[in-house]
Amino acid sequence: MKKSADKNTFEKISHVILFLVSLTSLLPFVLLLMASLTDENVLLSKGYSFFPAKLSLSAYTYLLDQSSVIVHGYLITIFVTVVGTVVSLVITSLFAYTLSRKDFPFSRGLTLIVYITMLFNGGLVPTYFLYSSTLGLKNTIWALLIPGLLMNGFNVMIMKTFFKNNVPEAVIESATVDGAGKFKTFYLIVLPLSLPIMATIGLFVAIAYWNDWYNGLIYLTDSSLFSIQNILNRIMTDAQFLTNSNLGTNAGSIDTIPTTAVRMAIAVVGLLPILVAYPFFQKYFVKGITLGAVKG
Amino acid sequence: MAQVLAKKKKAGIFSWLPYMLMAAPGLLYLIVNNYIPMFGLVIAFKDYNFSKGIFGSDWNGLKNFEFLFKTEDAFIITRNTILYNAAFIIINTIVAVAVAILLNEIRSRVFSRFYQSVILIPYLMSMVIVSYLVYAFLSIDTGFINKTILPVFGIEPIQWYSEPKFWPFILTIVNTWKQYGFLCVIYLSSIVGIDKEYYEAATLDGASKWQQIKCITLPMIKPIVVMMTVLAISRIFYSDFGLFYQVPMNSGSLFNTTNVIDTYVYRGLLQLGDIGMSSAAGMYQAVVGFILVLTTNAIVRKVDSENALF
Repeated sequence: MKKSADKNTFEKISHVILFLVSLTSLLPFVLLLMASLTDENVLLSKGYSFFPAKLSLSAYTYLLDQSSVIVHGYLITIFVTVVGTVVSLVITSLFAYTLSRKDFPFSRGLTLIVYITMLFNGGLVPTYFLYSSTLGLKNTIWALLIPGLLMNGFNVMIMKTFFKNNVPEAVIESATVDGAGKFKTFYLIVLPLSLPIMATIGLFVAIAYWNDWYNGLIYLTDSSLFSIQNILNRIMTDAQFLTNSNLGTNAGSIDTIPTTAVRMAIAVVGLLPILVAYPFFQKYFVKGITLGAVKG
Repeated sequence: MAQVLAKKKKAGIFSWLPYMLMAAPGLLYLIVNNYIPMFGLVIAFKDYNFSKGIFGSDWNGLKNFEFLFKTEDAFIITRNTILYNAAFIIINTIVAVAVAILLNEIRSRVFSRFYQSVILIPYLMSMVIVSYLVYAFLSIDTGFINKTILPVFGIEPIQWYSEPKFWPFILTIVNTWKQYGFLCVIYLSSIVGIDKEYYEAATLDGASKWQQIKCITLPMIKPIVVMMTVLAISRIFYSDFGLFYQVPMNSGSLFNTTNVIDTYVYRGLLQLGDIGMSSAAGMYQAVVGFILVLTTNAIVRKVDSENALF
């Protein structure tokens, strides 16, 4: 009897602590949201607060006026995320598949080539000169797609392990006996058996593209190519960016901009889509994290 | 006989030609994205000239390194990079293990999943978003802390973005808040995998909850904790650029406590145009980082080969 009581108390204590822990994770977002909904004058006197004295939608009205910049940023983000994820999955899975094949004499050599990239890298300076000067990616949409994000050794190794463990050799052999070529075997036999890993890796690649601001920071000076993250990044230091941007539909007098609230509102607009989508992919996200911990 | 062999060989080449085609795009990407920059590291030994390019520029010996290590910066960025990462590794591990143990006590699957999902939300956000969240708390004129918390205690507003002494704490808190959920999920999945019979037997023997955690849970998850920690230690010379660049809002007066090798390289290259220093610091990071990976792995292999990375 005593033991089960002990167990129950422990569970109750766990609940209390975890509730507080969850609150810590969420409160900053609540503050952001409330701040974005606060009247500008109240903000200037009382600051950002969880319980604003006066609510106002003026920050969002202003953003609506400037929505062409934001919509444009989102279109870039969506384009980069979709194209980047699809291309990444294609080249990563094809590459990983060849590494998993025993009948391919170079698979070991290629695996070593992947390993080395996980241990050593040239860093920012040479990478920057290669992409911006030699390959001319500066201020092009390619700069958001190619550098760093398209494929990484880690994903290759995870996929290779999956192909090795989950696609039975016998199935591939029988396809070969039936006269299917290597490519046909891959997309008719291997791919359908590998949908779970494609979905998981695809999700993580998509999140990486969606959240990326680094490539834009480094390779873009032309704000017409800015993704939503780059716009957010710029507004942090330059609150007038929306109005001054050559994309903005100039909303007249600048001094009426509720700058303090707009800062928070644009951040809300920036994080909302991923937060709304989160419950739908949450399960795969958690699964993907544990997958990454399994040695490749 | 020779004819048969030749035929077989030919068939061999033909049979793996499709594999070559499949591997080609990925291999090309690794060459461009990873291998060419590795060779590009020679830029650190050159007097870089824009019109001549990396490989055409004149050799400069170790001049760039001399300049770098003569400055105070070299020490500051090395110290900051290592100390921050060391603090992050220790704190994240403790918090993640503790929360994972608590999560394992929750019998309701709905609640357990709910807590897990909430804890992971910060991990899902970009560092730009995080910098806004931090700004809502720390803004000098309108921040929650200066306007609501400090007045309660009668403390004068603090110039957060120009007072370096607070940033070791701020950055550590922000990093833990954002990152520990990731480790927590990994450790929880390991705890869930522990055979329930151990706990049943321990309960029969009258072991308390605390004893069970100490004698069953912690030893059982030790291998995965060690592995994740080794992985983190091997990357101790690299830092999260976003955390150190976005969250302090690139504020110059904070550099003493916020500048790490990655931010130093970035600023040297793109804000100051000091390519010599920047490339020397990049080379320094690549080489020491690589040595650290090899060393940690060699040590782990010696102590416990099961956990070696390669």
